[in-house]
Amino acid sequence: MSHAIRADKFLLDADRTTWHDETLWFVREKRDRAVYAVPEFQELRELASGIKNHTLSRLDLYLREFESAAQANGVYVHWAADAAEHNAIILDIIQKEGATRIVKSKSMLTEECHLNPFLIKHGIEVVDTDLGERIIQFRDEPPSHIVLPAIHLKKEDVGDTFHTHLGTDKGESDPQRLTEAARQHLRAKFIAGEVAISGVNFAIAETGAVVVCTNEGNADLGVNLARVHIAAMGIEKIIPRLSDLGVFTRLLARSATGQPVTTYTSHFTKPAPGKAMHIVIVDNGRTQQLGRPDFRASLKCIRCGACMNTCPVYRRSGGHSYDFTVPGPIGAILSPNIDMKKHASLPFASTLCGSCTDVCPVKIDIHTQLYKWRQVLGEANEIPASKKWSMKFMGRVLASTRVYGLGGQFARKALRLLPHGLTHAPSMNAWAVARELPEAPKQSFREWYAKQPQPAVQPTQPQIPA
Amino acid sequence: MKVALFVPCYIDQFYPQVGIATLQLLEKLGVQAHFPAQQTCCGQPLANSGCERDALPIYKHFVQTFSDYDYVVAPSGSCVYHVRKHFDKLEQTADVQHVRGAAYDLIDFISTVLKVETLPGAFPHKVGLHLSCHGQRGLHQANESEMTPVRDGQLHRLMASLDGIELTQLNRNDECCGFGGTFCVSEAGISARMGQDRVADHVLNGTQVLTGSDMSCLMHLEGIVRRAQLPIRVMHAAEILNGVVT
Repeated sequence: MSHAIRADKFLLDADRTTWHDETLWFVREKRDRAVYAVPEFQELRELASGIKNHTLSRLDLYLREFESAAQANGVYVHWAADAAEHNAIILDIIQKEGATRIVKSKSMLTEECHLNPFLIKHGIEVVDTDLGERIIQFRDEPPSHIVLPAIHLKKEDVGDTFHTHLGTDKGESDPQRLTEAARQHLRAKFIAGEVAISGVNFAIAETGAVVVCTNEGNADLGVNLARVHIAAMGIEKIIPRLSDLGVFTRLLARSATGQPVTTYTSHFTKPAPGKAMHIVIVDNGRTQQLGRPDFRASLKCIRCGACMNTCPVYRRSGGHSYDFTVPGPIGAILSPNIDMKKHASLPFASTLCGSCTDVCPVKIDIHTQLYKWRQVLGEANEIPASKKWSMKFMGRVLASTRVYGLGGQFARKALRLLPHGLTHAPSMNAWAVARELPEAPKQSFREWYAKQPQPAVQPTQPQIPA
Repeated sequence: MKVALFVPCYIDQFYPQVGIATLQLLEKLGVQAHFPAQQTCCGQPLANSGCERDALPIYKHFVQTFSDYDYVVAPSGSCVYHVRKHFDKLEQTADVQHVRGAAYDLIDFISTVLKVETLPGAFPHKVGLHLSCHGQRGLHQANESEMTPVRDGQLHRLMASLDGIELTQLNRNDECCGFGGTFCVSEAGISARMGQDRVADHVLNGTQVLTGSDMSCLMHLEGIVRRAQLPIRVMHAAEILNGVVT
């Protein structure tokens, strides 16, 4: 199923589409205000991009430096080539601890690896402790946004969900009351948690520490109460030095939500006495992307979600229309690397307006990569046959002045003579579902020009009217 | 200076008056532009659809057509952006490099090359600007809202210089209209919705005449305006400027 088909389903509810668009536009505007207030913001982007480019060019060295530093801190470091290894490593740690109750803070990597269903299948209880994540976990839905996982839901939807799962009053939609219910529910889970799993926002090669950014403090609560902390990170999360971190923390929250900084920026360096800390470093297709020169820069992503908030397509089609762990423009350049056939329509789910590139805090050329994925997909025959052949036909027409001129005359004549109901039939003309076609003029520009007295082609000197 | 007029395929066929206005406006500014009759298209529709390889003969035809001119001026920023950015796929001969650098959007040419920032004439209407993404974010013809709160740009300056004109303050200054080339049919639902939202912003804020320097976006927006029978007139900036400058 293509993005367009899933988007059309989302669009059926016009009011909800308006609400979704306006909600995310509000976040984009908040981001703008935060960005305008920092005069050196563009320099910060340049610096962050440079640090990430440098790190990606020496990723093997920094990963080993990180591993050594973490091990020196008494942390167990594991390497996972793919999702299956990642899941198996985490299950093994949990089983060796004899634990069954897991609290997990937000991690797109564990979503990507489908860790939750894997652990549940092995009889382990996993509780997502981020509020948005917990809501969608109750509903058995994937996140629709990487920073705001339940942004597709209204407070009334959350009220219904909490009524079913937490016993709140039917029809209760007051955010304060609903949050309090979630807080009480999660508190019991935190206290019972034996192993805490967290994601990683930044991993510092120099110190071996991992940094986790949250607004709810749920990562800290989970980790500090549990016996064991497992932090899961993709190989691209590395930054060289602790002193590089400030560049990214200044960019991350401003780009994501318009906050100057996340409420919690937690550094996890070594386990507390009597406790254990593990870090699982995951590839899962990332080195393959690193090996694609045109798409390598996508690994600079710090998962702020700004490209989603600004994307006019995402705002009107919803995160689920992308059918990939990371939706929106960045997801559309990451997903074909994982499964080109399945995600072939995503690089086309864009007007190439370039707003994603302009908001990206690490200067990923997102819209250029979308364009380049289209070429890769075209060459691999992963575009619809009708499009492919009509483009081949168009290529022939437009490379020849004569054929183009005749074709244009014919099309305009047909448009003038055929009845409106036929030229605008929605079943045959997708343009005409919501738009009128231009009125076809009797003569084209070139036909008009040919009838004008021809001036000699000679250099002219511009004369500007006063 | 030797200036060629490039009239993009869809303007040639559907909006000849925009090509005529461009030619006449340039003439009034002292530039006798020539229209090489063998021109067709820049190849963007194919390339944006993932068929860059099929577009290469069109690129070559474009370069052959225009390599003898100092400037190639088009009333469409999107085509110009395509020539400048994506003709990198051709072998970079002297001709290819020259044509890539010589391609100019009309408003960019007037502002940057002719260095005209104000024009004499009156247009006593409330005018809404549509800032096309490829002109704005691609060719940097206007400030991007992603970067700065300062709303300024070439089209804004030229239009604001007309007597009696009032420019619409939009709720979203530079959101994409949703045309997107073949996107407008392959993602027809989203494309239409984006266009409807853009038009609604103009209606809400009182636009009487909707204008821009890229006819492709305007074709899409005009299609929506006409379907909904809204009291908004859609005109290319060249039509307005040619109409007021004597």
